[in-house]
Amino acid sequence: MTNTETMYQTDVLIEEQGFDDHFHEHHHGDKYQTNFITHYVFSMDHKVIARQFLITGMIWAIIGAAMSVVFRLQLGFPEESLTWLKPLLGKWIVVSDGVGKLAPEFYYALVTMHGTILVFFVLTAGLSGTFSNLLIPLQVGARDMASPFLNMLSYWFFFLAGCIMFYSLFLNTGPFSGGWTAYPPLSALPQASSGSGSGMTLWLVSLTLFVVSVLLGGINYITTVLNLRTKGMSLFRMPLTIWAFFVTAILGLLSFPVLASGFFMLIFDRSLGTSFFLSEIFIGGQALDRVGGSPILYQHLFWFLGHPEVYIIILPAMGIVSEVLSVHARKPIFGYRAMVFSILAIAFLSFIVWAHHMFMSGVNPFISNFFVLFTLIIAVPSAVKVFNWITTLYGGNIRLNTAMLFAIGFISMFISGGLTGIFLGNSAIDITMHDTYFVVAHFHIVMGVAAFFGMFAGIYHWYPKMYGRFMNETLGKIHFWGTMIGAYLIFWPMHYIGMAGVPRRYYSFDTFDAFKHFDTLNKFITVAAIIVFFVQLLFVLNFFYSIWKGRKMTTQNPYGATTLEWSTPIEPIHGNWPGKIPAVHRWAYDYNKDEREYIPQYVPLKDGEEGDH
Amino acid sequence: MSYLIAFLIITLIAIIALQIGRVSEISSRIRGEEETELQNNNSTAGWLVIFVVLFLVACVWSAIYYKDQMLGYGPWEASSEHGKELDGLFNVTLFFTGIVFIITHWLTFWYAYKYRGRKGGKALFFAHDTKLELVWTAIPAVVMAFLVAKGLVVWNNTMTDLDPEAKVINIEATGYQFAWDIRYAGNDGQIGKKDYRLIDMGGNPIGLDFTDAATLDDIVLGGSDKIVLPVDTTVRVAITSKDVLHNFYLPHFRVKMDAVPGLPTYFIFKPTKTTAQMRQELKAYPEWNLPYDETDPEGPKRWEKFEYELACAELCGKGHYSMRRIIEIVDKDTYKKWEAALPTFYSNNIRGGDLDPNKDKRLLPFEIKEREKELRREVKAAMTADSSNADAKIIRFKNVYYATGSANLEDDSFYELDYAATLLNKYPDIKLEVAGHTDNVGDPALNRTLSQQRAASVRERLIAKGVSADRLTSAGYGDTSPVDSNDTDEGKANNRRTELRVISKN
Repeated sequence: MTNTETMYQTDVLIEEQGFDDHFHEHHHGDKYQTNFITHYVFSMDHKVIARQFLITGMIWAIIGAAMSVVFRLQLGFPEESLTWLKPLLGKWIVVSDGVGKLAPEFYYALVTMHGTILVFFVLTAGLSGTFSNLLIPLQVGARDMASPFLNMLSYWFFFLAGCIMFYSLFLNTGPFSGGWTAYPPLSALPQASSGSGSGMTLWLVSLTLFVVSVLLGGINYITTVLNLRTKGMSLFRMPLTIWAFFVTAILGLLSFPVLASGFFMLIFDRSLGTSFFLSEIFIGGQALDRVGGSPILYQHLFWFLGHPEVYIIILPAMGIVSEVLSVHARKPIFGYRAMVFSILAIAFLSFIVWAHHMFMSGVNPFISNFFVLFTLIIAVPSAVKVFNWITTLYGGNIRLNTAMLFAIGFISMFISGGLTGIFLGNSAIDITMHDTYFVVAHFHIVMGVAAFFGMFAGIYHWYPKMYGRFMNETLGKIHFWGTMIGAYLIFWPMHYIGMAGVPRRYYSFDTFDAFKHFDTLNKFITVAAIIVFFVQLLFVLNFFYSIWKGRKMTTQNPYGATTLEWSTPIEPIHGNWPGKIPAVHRWAYDYNKDEREYIPQYVPLKDGEEGDH
Repeated sequence: MSYLIAFLIITLIAIIALQIGRVSEISSRIRGEEETELQNNNSTAGWLVIFVVLFLVACVWSAIYYKDQMLGYGPWEASSEHGKELDGLFNVTLFFTGIVFIITHWLTFWYAYKYRGRKGGKALFFAHDTKLELVWTAIPAVVMAFLVAKGLVVWNNTMTDLDPEAKVINIEATGYQFAWDIRYAGNDGQIGKKDYRLIDMGGNPIGLDFTDAATLDDIVLGGSDKIVLPVDTTVRVAITSKDVLHNFYLPHFRVKMDAVPGLPTYFIFKPTKTTAQMRQELKAYPEWNLPYDETDPEGPKRWEKFEYELACAELCGKGHYSMRRIIEIVDKDTYKKWEAALPTFYSNNIRGGDLDPNKDKRLLPFEIKEREKELRREVKAAMTADSSNADAKIIRFKNVYYATGSANLEDDSFYELDYAATLLNKYPDIKLEVAGHTDNVGDPALNRTLSQQRAASVRERLIAKGVSADRLTSAGYGDTSPVDSNDTDEGKANNRRTELRVISKN
C-alpha cells in the first residue's frame, strides 16, 4: 500500500535515461528568484504562481460563500432581525422598529457578487489557474511555463481584477446588482438600478482585466503543452489532467474574447451613447433617445462564453478526478482514449449549445430545436466519462483517503447535477423550469459543488507537491463528510422548490401565494448552508495549519504514482529537476500491470512491453 | 462584547479541531501508518455504503413526500393544454434519469466499498474494453435520441404559430419596474399599435398610438384588476417591456417568456381549468385546508383563496420579487359579460383630452358605431315603453348639431338621424314628435322660434330618409322644459337638445 520503500531509483533512472537540456549550466534560471520579492511576490516560478492563484481563490471563495450565507439568512429567516450585521454591512441593513432588514438592492448585489466571484475568481482562476500552473510543467516534464513572465502577468492581472471588484463592494451606490450574467438594459442603464452605476463600471473593468488574465494564462498553457513536452511524452501519453487543462485553455482562448467584445459594446452603450443592446426604452420618466439595438445580442455574446465557461470550470475538475481515481484505485484509468475523446467532444459541443440558456428569452423557437439536440448530445460523452470512472473503481485496491473521497464525491455530484441537465436541456421542460430553483439546484451541484470537489481532491492530493507536507487526514475526512452531506442537504430540496415553480433571484417569497409555502424547506437549506460554510472554514484551517505543521513528506513519491511530478525532489527547486529532465517511455497509467505495483512514466519499457494504450 | 464572545468560541472550536487532527496523526504514527490506513479504508468504505443507502432512500422518500405539492402531480398538475404534455415529458425524463441515478450511484459507492484497499490486495489491470465502451456509448445515445424526439414534439406543439383563422383572445402584457400593464384587444380582436415615445406617465402609460384605429377600442386594466380569461379558449399574450428585461411567468399554466424592450414576444396557451374548478380540486388536499392566514385560524382556508398568479421571472431590479398580478379563469359567458362591461381606454381616459390626436374630430367611426348600438336599444325601449312612463318614451339625439344661431344641420348629424330613420321604419305604426329645446341664454321668444325651426329641419331629414310624413310632427319648446340646471355650462349643454317623443301607438 503505502510506498515507504523506494521501488525505483528515480534519480539514477533520470540521469541515465533523461534528456539533457543544459538548463543548470547557464545559471540563468535563478537570477529572477534572488530575493523575497522576486521569490514570493512577483515570482515567475509556476509552482509559486500556482499557490498564489490557490490562496487568492480561497480568499475569494470565503468572501463569496459568506455572501451566500447572508442572503440565505434573508431567504430562510426573513422575519429575524439582521441588526447584528450592521457593523459589517452598514446602511444596507435597514433598521426599523428595532428589526434590521437586508435592503433588497443589497440582496441582489450579494447574489450578483456571489455568482461573479465564484464562477470567475474561484472556479476559473482558483481551479484552472492553480492546477494548470502547478501540473502542466511538472507532468509534461518542463522546466517551467513557456513564458514565465506572461504567467506572472496572468496572476497579477487577476489580482488587479480582484482588487477592483473588492473595491466595488464598498461603493456608496453598492456593487453591481443585476445578476452575474449582467443582462442589459438593466446593466446598461444607471437609472434602472443603483448597482448599475459605478458598481457596474467597476464590474466591467474588473472582468475585462480578468479576461486578459485568462488569455495570458491560457496561451501559456497551450504553448507549454504543445512545445515543452519532454522527450517521449507524446500527446497520448499525457495524463488526463494535462488533456483537461489543455482543452480548457483552448476553450478559454476561443470564448473569452467574445465575452470581452460583449463587454466593450456594453461599455460603449453605457458611456458613449451607442445602442448595441438598447431599443425603445422608457425609463426614469423619460424615453431613451437611442433605438435599434437588441438586448438579445448581448445574451448571445455572453453565453457564447458562458456555456464553454461551465466546461472551463468542470473539465479541470474532471481531469483531476480521473488522475486521483486512478492513482488511489491503483488501476489504470479505464478507457483512456475514450476519456480523451470525450473531453474533446464535450469541448467541441460546448460551443454550439449556448442558446439553451436562452430558450425563453425571445429567440426564434425554431432555432431552439438545434440547441436542444446538441445540448442533449453532450450527455453521451458525459455518460461515457461517468461509466469509465466507475469502471476504474471496479477491481481496484482502493486507498480511501480524503483526496479519493472527494473524487468519489465528484462522481456522485456530477451524476446528480448532470441528470437534471437533461431536464433543462429539453426546451419544453425548460419553459416551466427556466429561472426557478430547479436551475439553481442543477448548476450548483454540477458545476459548483462538483467543481469544488474536483478542486478539493486536487488540493488534498497534490498538497505535498505544493508544501512538502500532508494535510491532516482526520480533519480532511470531517471536511469531506460535512461537505458531501451538507451540499446535498442544501441543494436537493431546491429541486422540489423549483418544481413547484418558485423563481430564483427573489428577495422574498411572501408576495405570491404560490411561492410562500416553502418556508420550512428554506429554513432547512439556510441552516445546512451555514453548517457547510463553517465546515469549509475547517478546511481553510487545515490548509494553513498544515503548511507549517503538517506531516512531512518523507519520500519522493508517497502515493506510488506514475506521473512525472513525483520524480522531482521533495524540496521544490527552480527548474523542477536538478539535473536532466526525465524522458518518458510509457503512458501515465501503468498500475498493477505485471508484477510491479506501479511503473512511472520514466521507467524504460521491457522487451515486448507496450508503452501506449 | 457578543462579537468578542463569538470570536472566542470560534477560536476555541478551531483549536479543538486542530487537536483532534494532531491526536489522530500521533496515534497513527504509533500504530504504524500502513496499519492505520488499512483500518481507515475499512471504516470509510463502510460509511460510503451507509451513505449511499441513506442517500438513495432519502431521495426516493423525499420525492414521494413532496409529490403532492410539486412535480406536476395532484394540485400542481398544469392548468393549460400544453402544460399537460410538458408535465408528461417531465415524467418520462424523470423515469430514465431516475434509473440511471440509482444504478450509477449504487455502483460508484458499492465498488468503492467492495474494492477498498486491503493488505496485500492487488488491483486488476483493466485498461479498456471496446465492446463494453461501445455498449455504454450506444445506450445513452439511444435514450437521448428518444428524449430529444419527444421533447421537440412537445416544444413545437407548444410554440406553433397560430392558424390565422383560429378564434383567439389577444391580450398584451407590458412589463415595467415593477408591475405589469395588461391590455385587451377590444371589439376588433386586434391589439393596436403603441410607441414608447408616446408614453405619458400621467395619461398614457403604455404609449398607445391613437392614430391607429385598432387601438381605439383597446381596454387597459387598472393596476390591481384581475386578469380575467375564459376557460378552453386559446389566448395569445403579446409580451413587451418598457424598460429592462422582464419575464411573463404563469407557473400554473407553464407559461414563461421574456419581455424584451424593442422586441415583442408572445406566448400562446389554452387554460383548461377555471379558478373555481381549481379551488374545488384543491379542497381534497389536507395542506390546502389549512387557514389561508396563519394568524386567523377561523378564517378562509387556503383552497378558498386560491388564485392563479402572474410573476416576473427575469431579474429586473430591486422590486423584481413583487410583480404580482392575479389571473382569474372563468367560464366563457362570464368572460363575455366581464369584457363587455369594461370601458375602452381611449374613450374613458383620452377622448377629447390633451393627448387625443383626434380632439378636433367630433365623431370617430367607433363612436358612431357605439351610438348606433345605443340608439337601437333606445328606440326599442321607447317603442315598447309603458304609456304611463312619459320619460321612457323619449329618444334624445346625442349627435345632432346645428350651425350657430341657425337651423341648418351640420354633416355630423346625418348618421344619427339617418340611422334613427331606418329604425323608425321598423315601427311604421307609431307616431312621433320631434321636439327642439334650448337653454336660457338669449331672448326666450327667439329661442322658441329657433327650436321650432331646428325641430322642423330634423323632421325633414327623417322624412327624406323614408319616414312617412304623417307619422311625424315637430315642435319647439325654447327653454321652457329644461332637463338640467341652467346655472352650469354642462347643464346648459344638456338642455340644448333635440328629442323624439312617442305620441301614440296605432
